[in-house]
Amino acid sequence: MWKWLHPYAKTENAYQLCVTLQPWLWVSALLCLAVGTVWGLAFAPQDYQQGDSFRIIYIHVPSAMLSMGTYVAMAIAALVGMVWQWRTAYMSMIAMAPVGAVMTFVALFTGAAWGKPMWGAWWVWDARLTSELILLFLYIGVIALYGAFEDKQQAGKAAGVMALVGVVNIPIIHYSVEWWNTLHQGATISKFDQPSIAPEMLWPLLVSLLGFAFFIGAVTTIRLRSEIVRREMHRPWVQKLAQATSENS
Amino acid sequence: MQFDSFSAFLEMGGYAFYVWLSFGVTFGVMILLVVLSYRQHKGLLKSVLKEQQRQVRIKEAREKSHASSAR
Repeated sequence: MWKWLHPYAKTENAYQLCVTLQPWLWVSALLCLAVGTVWGLAFAPQDYQQGDSFRIIYIHVPSAMLSMGTYVAMAIAALVGMVWQWRTAYMSMIAMAPVGAVMTFVALFTGAAWGKPMWGAWWVWDARLTSELILLFLYIGVIALYGAFEDKQQAGKAAGVMALVGVVNIPIIHYSVEWWNTLHQGATISKFDQPSIAPEMLWPLLVSLLGFAFFIGAVTTIRLRSEIVRREMHRPWVQKLAQATSENS
Repeated sequence: MQFDSFSAFLEMGGYAFYVWLSFGVTFGVMILLVVLSYRQHKGLLKSVLKEQQRQVRIKEAREKSHASSAR
């Protein structure tokens, strides 16, 4: 695997990989998001208790799960950067951070809009909600810390440490509904033995989840490309690239 | 289709405001992120080009002044 992975430590190869992957990621993301949304909104059956308000699940659960997933991916990138001194790893870390922050915001916002009709409150200081809010602050912290350093290698290290320390929050979010008495309902689909959700409701949710995942991948590739260009500005290949793009447009 | 008519679909069983608010804000924010990311990328490539042209001009000016001072 190392032989296969190692060339991508070089920024030029990583950039090219992003360019190749991008159209595929976009097509898959749009397709899955469209199918998942239409299926979830119009074709999935109503919930017997929550009526049609439960349809918010088709964006709330994917964004919440992937806000945590993106954080873990970001922390792994930070670890790789620290252990193997890969500059590209730090670059992907910082490329993922804003995408994860947006996912966290979406999870919190849709949660609030779902909580209002069901719980009667936009927001409660409940364990699940609070720990997810902390996740948003961790993302913002990583972005801000990275931006605070002039030397971007130093910035990557500092922000990477923060990203790694913040990983403790992930199991807290996941188990918050079991550890504390909360208003938020327990896990329904990540109980692999027996998901307690009807298959007609589960399938659109999985498609939607896939769509969000592809979307995150697609935005991360474009942001990683930007980060590479910003850091490698004076490399001949970037200069050639800039010339080629200006000629095309 | 779970709804009898298009207007029933829009009503979302009385939860129209919350459902459409959620979906609207979600996709709005996602589109915004995409637009900003692409715009940033374009801007960066442009600034690389600008910097490159500036370097060329500096070099030219330096050579010119060097030539005139040698005379």
